[in-house]
Order: sequence, then C-alpha cells, then structure tokens
Amino acid sequence: MKKYTYTEKKDTRSGFGVGLHEAAKLNPDIVALTADLKGSLKMDAFEKDFPERFFQIGIAEANMIGIAAGMTIGGKIPFTGTFANFSTGRVYDQIRQSVAYSYKNVKICASHAGLTLGEDGATHQILEDIGLMKMLPGMVVINPCDFNQTKAATMAIAEYEGPVYLRFGRPSIPVFTDPDQKFEIGKAWMVNEGTDVTIIATGHMVWKAIEAGEKLAELGIDAEIINIHTIKPLDEEAILKSLQKTGCVVTCEEHNKFGGLGESVARLLSTELPSPQEFVAVNDSFGESGTPDQLMTKYGLDTINIVEAAQKVIKRKK
Amino acid sequence: MKHTINELEDIVSQVRRDIVRMVHGCQSGHPGGSLGCAEFLTALYFETMNHSPEFKMDGIGEDLFFLSNGHISPVFYSVLARSGYFEVSELATFRKLNSRVQGHPTTHEGLPGIRIASGSLGQGMSVAIGAALTKKLNKDHSLVFSLHGDGELQEGQNWEAIMFAPHNKVDNLIATIDYNGQQIDGPTEKVLSLESLEAKFEAFGWHVITSSGNNMEEIVKSLEYAKSLTGKGRPILNLMSTQMGYGVDYMVGSHKWHGTAPNDEQLASALSQNKETLGDY
Repeated sequence: MKKYTYTEKKDTRSGFGVGLHEAAKLNPDIVALTADLKGSLKMDAFEKDFPERFFQIGIAEANMIGIAAGMTIGGKIPFTGTFANFSTGRVYDQIRQSVAYSYKNVKICASHAGLTLGEDGATHQILEDIGLMKMLPGMVVINPCDFNQTKAATMAIAEYEGPVYLRFGRPSIPVFTDPDQKFEIGKAWMVNEGTDVTIIATGHMVWKAIEAGEKLAELGIDAEIINIHTIKPLDEEAILKSLQKTGCVVTCEEHNKFGGLGESVARLLSTELPSPQEFVAVNDSFGESGTPDQLMTKYGLDTINIVEAAQKVIKRKK
Repeated sequence: MKHTINELEDIVSQVRRDIVRMVHGCQSGHPGGSLGCAEFLTALYFETMNHSPEFKMDGIGEDLFFLSNGHISPVFYSVLARSGYFEVSELATFRKLNSRVQGHPTTHEGLPGIRIASGSLGQGMSVAIGAALTKKLNKDHSLVFSLHGDGELQEGQNWEAIMFAPHNKVDNLIATIDYNGQQIDGPTEKVLSLESLEAKFEAFGWHVITSSGNNMEEIVKSLEYAKSLTGKGRPILNLMSTQMGYGVDYMVGSHKWHGTAPNDEQLASALSQNKETLGDY
C-alpha cells in the first residue's frame, strides 16, 4: 500500500476560495456571485481584490442562477456560491432551463455538501445533489477530495467552457494531494494500485478509503484505490481497467446511495463488465444534527464500513 | 425613425398572419398573448433596438431582448424571421419534429436570435439583469429589454429580481409587462390578483411608465421615452396594457385563446382581418 501522509487539515471550501482567487487573477472575465454566504464560501479574498466583479445577490438563489446565466451573455464566467442544498434542490428548474438546457458557462459551486455540514441538520445536509446534477444533460459534476484538489479543480473549471457543478464541504480534513497538481476534468486518479478489490471514492471519502486500504493491507488484502473526482463525465476506461484486474468494487460517497457515484459505476458495470459491488453511502435517508464525525459513523460512512464492504464484496466474487 | 408608423403597422399585420398560421399549422401553441404583443415586438426589432440579424450570442455592442414568457414564441419567431435572423420559410416548422422553431424558445437547436431558453416561467428577469450587469462590466452602453407576462409575476423568482435590480442600479434594463389581465385559468384578478403593479414596482424602486401596447404610434413613443430614462440609476418598468388576441375579433380579450389553435374556418377569418403585406411564408 502506497503511503499517504498529511501535515495539516483544511476544509475543501477554503481550497475553492483560494482557487477562485487564483483563477480570477488569471482571467478578468471571471465573476463571483453569492446568496448571502460569501464568508462560508470563502469568497472574501475575491471580493476584496475584485470588488467590481463580485455580486452579492442576497438570499435569492433562483435569482442568482438566472443572473449568472445572463452574465455569460457577453463573455463573463460566473461562479455562484452557496450551500449545496441551495445550489441544487432549491434552484433545480432555474439550473435546468437557464443554465443546462441553454448551455451557459456557469460554474455552480456548492459548499457544505453531505452530512459533514454537521449540527445544522437535515434541512441543510443535502445527500441528493450529485444525482440531481448528473441527470442534467451536459452538466459536469465534480466532487474533489481535499483542499489542494479543490483548488486545482476550481482553476480547471474556469478554463472549461460549459456548465459545471462543483461540490465541496465544510469540515477540515487531511490535505494529502499534491499542491501543484494538474486537475484533469473526467480523469480518474489512481491512488493505489492493487489486485484484490477496487475501492472507488469521491470527496471526503477518499481519505477514508486510504485508511481502509491500509487496514485491508494489514489483513492481507491488496486494494486498488481510485479517486473519481469527476462523477460526470465518468472515467469509464479507468474503472473498467481496474475491474478487469480486481473483479469487484466498493463505491464510497457522502451521498444517498440512490443517484450517486455508486449508481454511475453500477450502470457502467452492468452493461460492460458485470461485477459484485458494495455501496458505502447513505441508505436512502435524510441526515440529522450532530458533529461530522458522529454523523459519518451513524450513517455508515467510516473507514471500518469500507473495510467491511471490501471483505464482503471479495467473498461475493469467490 | 427607421420606419413610418404605417410601415410598422404593415409589418404587424404580417406578423399576425404568421402567428395564426403557425399555430394553425401544428394545431398547437399560444396565439392570444402572441397577438397581443405583436406591436411591441415589431416596434422593438424594427424601430427601438440597435441589433444585428448577423446573430452573435454575446451581443456585444447590441441591444438585447429576452422573452421571459416563452409561450408567446410565435410572435418572437415571426419578428425574428421578418427581421432577417432566419428564413421565414422556417416558420412552417413551428412545433414540428426536427425543427429549430421549438414550442418554446431555446438556444439548444441553434436558432439565431435566441439567447436563453424560456418557457418555465419567471426566469427571464434574472437573466436580463445578468446580461445587463455584463454590459456594465464590459462598458457596453447598449441596452437590455425584456418581456414578461402579467400572470407570470405570480412566480416568486420575479420578486427576487425586482428587488435586486434597483438596489444594484441596473439602469440599462427596460422590462416590459404584458398587462393583459388574462392567464390560462381565467382573469388574473380571479386567479391571483396582481394589483397594483405600478405601486408595487415603484415601491421596489423602479421607474415605472405605462403604455398602450396595441397602438403602434404610442408604443414606439413609449419605448423611446423608456430609453431616455436609462442611465439614471434605476431600472425601467414599462407597464404595457394590451388585449390578449388583439387583431383577431373572436380572440380579443379572452383567456380562452391563451393556448388554443384556430380551426380552418377560424384561420380564414383571422387572415381576412390582417392583410398580407410582406408575403406569407
């Protein structure tokens, strides 16, 4: 098992804030919009240095999405920032018609996704957003795994022409990816090569997958770990190549098991390479109040859940 | 003026023929609101706006128009075609399979002149504000126009946008409300009362003007007046009284023609009331 270490923990939303600021320095057409959550989205540096390109929309997410769509007409590249729940479910029809169907170059940037938002509870903990966004034709869906990857992803989507949903979160988590990485949309990252089982993880679950890989190694199981940061378009080639070797897969995501990464992988495998699969995901449930760690444990998204799922899926293979 | 009022009225007559023929041709679509806005759209595209039928999505240096109430697509398509954005013959494909002239306007099929999809109501004002903000950032002094149904104002997103525009001094935007008092299920006053729109927009900080939308001379003057009010720190709201179905006697003023197509006999009657001036498609 390849060794991964970290020296600090940071929130992925801060990676977004830094990436947005960097991208804005490089491209004067980038504008940022927020619906009264500039602090939570770490947009303060952008606002300070580019005040004329920063738009405070107020608590009016539908209007924000519409304004962003309109701003693309004339060449601006709008990044909208609010919580994942208010970035997707609340404004689904606005995104569908004014952004996706109209194919506008809007970057919908969503923080506080999933259970790890914590104490605010289920009203704010969306676990359906990946599904909502990946269903839209032409929408790119990205869920990076740490501060550095989120920063790189933010800068990469600025260069991409078309609508993007970028999902990140609130808690501080290990920073373990390369600070100078080149982020390639739609390209899986091989975290660890292995032969017994493929573990495919996205977002906050990638570090847990690494921890699970280490535990599995102690048990004599050689896990291949793949980071799928881009859920759509899915890197089908990387997944099939891995499954041809390992023959089984565990998918890990901080999302409902319905509509998420796991289903995307299952859809691919069912037609191309039918294989045993286990889902480490929320089991069709809303969340609740609690600390992020407590919630990840209660809803079955811990390292141990990945380890057990890997052991189970390997048995199914045999 | 680019055209005389008589010339503009001749164009309107042809636009009305296009509308009823398009809706009749596929036995589907929305003639009522389309007919009621024929003068307005004709005035915009043939007189008021500085625009080019050599369509560029970004529209830099041009005035832009956004149709929020996308179901009145027949009048939009007719005016775009008659302005030279695409061949008028393409109007015959309205609402038919493999057409660029979709039921509701869309960028998806690449029809020149369309800059955003509309149909699901209440989204156009936000989009128009966004385009207006980009014009300001680009130091592009051209204007943004938009049209909204009165019933459409029941959609909440409008009020987010109506609140935003004055606060942010979006003074390069002229939004027009098609104030015909009708919606699918009946008069707006019965379905969900709108009164008083003038007071509501003024309270939100807009500069409100009223106009008579089925009088060509008046609507041209009102739009010129609206233009003179731009650049003064406030968005402009043109509260435009129209009659749904105007120009076809049996359709006038009734919500029953919101989304109903005329039969052969009704088509003949409608055409007899609107002379062919530019050649039918």
